[in-house]
Amino acid sequence: MRARRGWAWMWMFLGSLYFFIPLLGTFLFSLHGKRGVLSFAAYHRVFADPHFLETFTFSLQMAILTIIVGLTLLIPTVIWIHLRAPWAKPIVETCSLLPFVIPPIVLVFGLIRMYSSPPFQIVSSRGLLVAGYVVLSFPYIYRSVDAGLRAIDLRGLTEAAQSLGAGWGTIMFRVVLPNMRVSLLSAAFLTFSIVIGELTLAVMLAWPAFGPYMAHVGRDLAYEPAAIAILSFLLTWGLIGLMQLASRSIGGQSSTLGGTH
Amino acid sequence: MAFLDLHGVVKRFGRNAVVDGFTLAVQEGEFVSFLGGSGCGKTTTLRMIAGFETPSEGSIHISGTDVVSVAPNKRGVGMVFQNYALFPNMTVRKNIEFGLMVAKWSSAEIGQRVDEMLTLIHMEELGARYPHQMSGGQQQRASLARALAVRPKVLLLDEPLSALDAKIRERLRTEIRAIQKQTGITTIYVTHDQEEALSLSDRIVVMQSGRIEQVGTPFEIYNRPATPFVASFIGNLNILEATVVDAALGRLSVAGQEVFAAGPVAAGPGVKLSLRPEMLSLEDRPEGANSLAGTLTNIVFLGSIVRLAIGIGNREVFLDRFNTPHLALPAVGTQVSINFPREACLVTEPDPAEALAGVLLAKGN
Ligand SMILES: Nc1ncnc2c1ncn2[C@@H]1O[C@H](COP(=O)(O)OP(=O)(O)OP(=O)(O)O)[C@@H](O)[C@H]1O
Ligand SMILES: [Mg+2]
Repeated sequence: MRARRGWAWMWMFLGSLYFFIPLLGTFLFSLHGKRGVLSFAAYHRVFADPHFLETFTFSLQMAILTIIVGLTLLIPTVIWIHLRAPWAKPIVETCSLLPFVIPPIVLVFGLIRMYSSPPFQIVSSRGLLVAGYVVLSFPYIYRSVDAGLRAIDLRGLTEAAQSLGAGWGTIMFRVVLPNMRVSLLSAAFLTFSIVIGELTLAVMLAWPAFGPYMAHVGRDLAYEPAAIAILSFLLTWGLIGLMQLASRSIGGQSSTLGGTH
Repeated sequence: MAFLDLHGVVKRFGRNAVVDGFTLAVQEGEFVSFLGGSGCGKTTTLRMIAGFETPSEGSIHISGTDVVSVAPNKRGVGMVFQNYALFPNMTVRKNIEFGLMVAKWSSAEIGQRVDEMLTLIHMEELGARYPHQMSGGQQQRASLARALAVRPKVLLLDEPLSALDAKIRERLRTEIRAIQKQTGITTIYVTHDQEEALSLSDRIVVMQSGRIEQVGTPFEIYNRPATPFVASFIGNLNILEATVVDAALGRLSVAGQEVFAAGPVAAGPGVKLSLRPEMLSLEDRPEGANSLAGTLTNIVFLGSIVRLAIGIGNREVFLDRFNTPHLALPAVGTQVSINFPREACLVTEPDPAEALAGVLLAKGN
């Protein structure tokens, strides 16, 4: 038993080396921003560049919009599939795989062709960018929401609520959504990480987004990209930490975490 | 019109009629069980009363109102599910509060009602627990309290005890009946457990493949089954083939031996004679009772009772005796005669389908 445990830790250690050594390397490299000494100079320069904050704020806004639009579209759809139209499941599932099959460059050319001439002259609207992002994050949102719904007894809970007199608004906001908080958070998080780093759509539709900014910095500078990589890593883990906190603060919600019993 | 009235209710899924011509009148405050095998349409009927399924034909009235086109959340029908369906994100208290909150009760009234409900189900201490922190029995009691809190007109329970183990099941069913009597709520109880139905109900509806076989009190269902299905479904029954010798006198012949029924029987040449194991005895033969000779083939101890198997003709008949330390039983293989009063004879016409199968079998031979 103890020996087995020892091996488990050993593999765990090797695994984390694989993961942490490059990270450590990047981090050390990012500290060489000033010749000869270790310093946070590269980080200072990143923060001093107004484009960093501008592009990051822009992408953050887009990410939040994408999350709102994506969840608003998909939550009712997936609930409807679960309760009323199980036959539609394979269709939606196939659609949800399309963004993996069709490269973003194809998507964006389609969008440009379709929407750059009347009657839909909206190539330069943020709406189109968000719509494109919703398509890209569709598989992730769909899967998270679907898993969240599968982890609860959706039919039982909605019928119980209905027999207690509740309408659909109450059922959604007091019963269904609170019980799939964790999966909604993970949908939001995945969407966030897609949108923040997205390059193709932002470049082709000419938006000052964070993805193109990072690409630009990476091409022209040496230490700053390493600093940005470390920053985005911290940001990511910060978000995961927030998710954990949120899921823990929901007392009694074991069903979405540990499955039904 | 009765308090809960189903008239000619039919439910089809595709071409398949899952519930067919269901007509039932339930009085206010009555406890009615739907009893039948798996897939006979009990749940479907219940869901039509609750409003989760729409009948293909027929009408459903609750206290005089036609509810077929009324949404489930406007029917005033409470429901208790087999898997409890408590809201996992809410404590017991919050679960019970839910319906009251939806109905916009004042918070003082809500607090009082929830306390009342917790007392009713003997769970005063557990109000702050989440569903996953409770046993199945406690969860089901909470779910009952939640359904009753809003004072529904009708309470529907779909196999509420079948996920629980035997001990809890018995205790909880007594509790459910007590609560039902205390609140006087009209109740429909779905089960495939005949013991549950017999011990709880004012009346039982025995169903088979979407149709009502018999409606009656537990006493009537058990002692005077109207169809062969009911007779065989309820209790452990010995079924013997009999031929009618004299229909008016109730005189039958079983494996060449004479048996008298309590009254006139159906005229057909072949009938079924059903006997309950507890009605048979080996020793005392009262005046005018029937007697059949056979061979003791097996003895099985079942705890408080001993079940004897006796071969009569090509059939085996079971007979139950109470187990006592002084019990003296004949040896296996000896000739015995079983005695039973004329009233013990349940005579039914054979199922047409079964009769046909019999004919085919005979032809095949
Ligand atoms: N939504 C549906 N679509 C098609 N057939 C259905 C549907 N719901 C139920 N059925 C069929 O209707 C029949 C009756 O089902 P129902 O659930 O009412 O049975 P039941 O008496 O409750 O059985 P059990 O004791 O197993 O719960 C079954 O044969 C079932 O397959
Ligand atoms: Mg059922």
